[in-house]
Amino acid sequence: MIDLFWIYVFPILIIALQSIGLLTALLLFIAYVLYADRKIWAAVQMRRGPNVVGPWGLLQSFADFIKFVLKEPVIPAGANKGVFLLAPFISCVLALAAWAVIPLNAGWAVADINVGILYIFAISSLSVYGIIMGGWASNSKYPFLAALRSAAQMVSYEVSIGFVIITVLLCVGSLNLSKIVQAQAGPLGLFQWFWLPLFPMFVIFFVSALAETNRPPFDLVEAESELVAGFMVEYSSTPYLLFMLGEYVAIMTMCAMGTILFLGGWLPPFPIPPFTWVPGVVWFVLKLSFMFFLFSMVKAIVPRYRYDQLMRLGWKVFLPVTLVMVVVVAGVLQLTGLAPK
Amino acid sequence: MNLAALFFYLFAGLTVAAAFMVIAAKNPVHSVLFLILAFVNAAGLFMLAGAEFLAMILVVVYVGAVAVLFLFVVMMLDVDFAELRQGFLQYLPVGALVGVVFLVELLLVVGTWVTGPGVQSAIRSPIPPLQQANNTQALGRVLYTTYVHFFELAGIVLLVAMIGAIVLTLRHKEGVKRQNVSRQLARTPATSIEIRKVRPGQGI
Repeated sequence: MIDLFWIYVFPILIIALQSIGLLTALLLFIAYVLYADRKIWAAVQMRRGPNVVGPWGLLQSFADFIKFVLKEPVIPAGANKGVFLLAPFISCVLALAAWAVIPLNAGWAVADINVGILYIFAISSLSVYGIIMGGWASNSKYPFLAALRSAAQMVSYEVSIGFVIITVLLCVGSLNLSKIVQAQAGPLGLFQWFWLPLFPMFVIFFVSALAETNRPPFDLVEAESELVAGFMVEYSSTPYLLFMLGEYVAIMTMCAMGTILFLGGWLPPFPIPPFTWVPGVVWFVLKLSFMFFLFSMVKAIVPRYRYDQLMRLGWKVFLPVTLVMVVVVAGVLQLTGLAPK
Repeated sequence: MNLAALFFYLFAGLTVAAAFMVIAAKNPVHSVLFLILAFVNAAGLFMLAGAEFLAMILVVVYVGAVAVLFLFVVMMLDVDFAELRQGFLQYLPVGALVGVVFLVELLLVVGTWVTGPGVQSAIRSPIPPLQQANNTQALGRVLYTTYVHFFELAGIVLLVAMIGAIVLTLRHKEGVKRQNVSRQLARTPATSIEIRKVRPGQGI
């Protein structure tokens, strides 16, 4: 009986505690990411943004949370009830599940699996289901149109993200996220992270990540001027909150992926004392915040794309460019002998 | 009690149940959603077998791409299932025959796997032990060395299928205005704007 406890129950308890800790930290971080998003957007437009709840409006996200939870969820009469309620859960749970493999520091991952990057890619390719199911189950025109649009959009941009990941993997020789970060360590510090040697891929990854997470300028899924609010029209209170939470968690996952693939994860910008004294997790969060700052600046500055322009960009520009880059990177690595053994 | 066995029965049971619901569900969209559940549980089974790369690829390719297209088509088609069910008894013998043939073939494959004399060694020989190379590396080595010709051939088959699909659906309708981005970008003020002075009281 004691053996059983130490072999099975204890490790599961440890993993559960780790997961709860990570999720709590992540959700708290996202509360302030939401606040930062609104503040940055407001600053660009010379408004003040949220400033009433708590000092400087710092508690705004929590007030919103309580408001969402206390309202009555309305389910449309013609809706497919089971699927309608399942959709927000799927989109939120899948987005959170991706964080199981993300290393916040050396060895700080709940599950440090061999195929970490593929796992994140798989999970993010599943997130389209939350949107399609929600759009279909609402039994209404606008959500359905939005769901179809978003499915096409997310599948298209997944292709270019896949090729971007492949170029990074060619330089690393492993699918493990910790090894991808370690491969970027070196005496040159931040000039050795992959954003510089693979610069065009970093740009393509960033733009594709915007499209994959339905952020402006690619937020055609919920384009409020033409589709009301896209697939979320019929949702209210907690289901709506779950959709929105899922969206922001997915954005953070993409930021974390960009940090790990191109910005050296938890590595300090220069491998010399004042920088190396700071714990890796601080660097990771700083880089994450930087990536998110880019996301929200794009939201504030760039006007929305038209749908055919979005598709053209995905299939006619990014796909050929990334495909050629995979060949070029593989060729250069092979010819110069830099390829990882 | 073995934890791996417990998870195996969980995943296997869910796969079979979901696969049954695919054909039993009344709503075609529900069928596709159950199919997705079956795929995901099959990925779990691969994971238990230690084939983590295959598990992830199954999720990316089948669940992330193929099933999305299924769902697309099923949602767009307004299938009336009551009408489809009408000929059920009429098609039952043919369906049963196909099912039986498929089952026998599967049993034959599994049978040779167990009884065939050289199969085990032939399967295992090109793969290095797990300590030297992980799952993904082992798969890559086999695919790109021993079986590289078959691999390329499969790629060519897919390419031909893709070109065929594009050729079948590509139509240039007359009279539809198309956007030519390079032509738009090539426009300059000199080619597209004409400045005229208009005197008051007179038109152009």
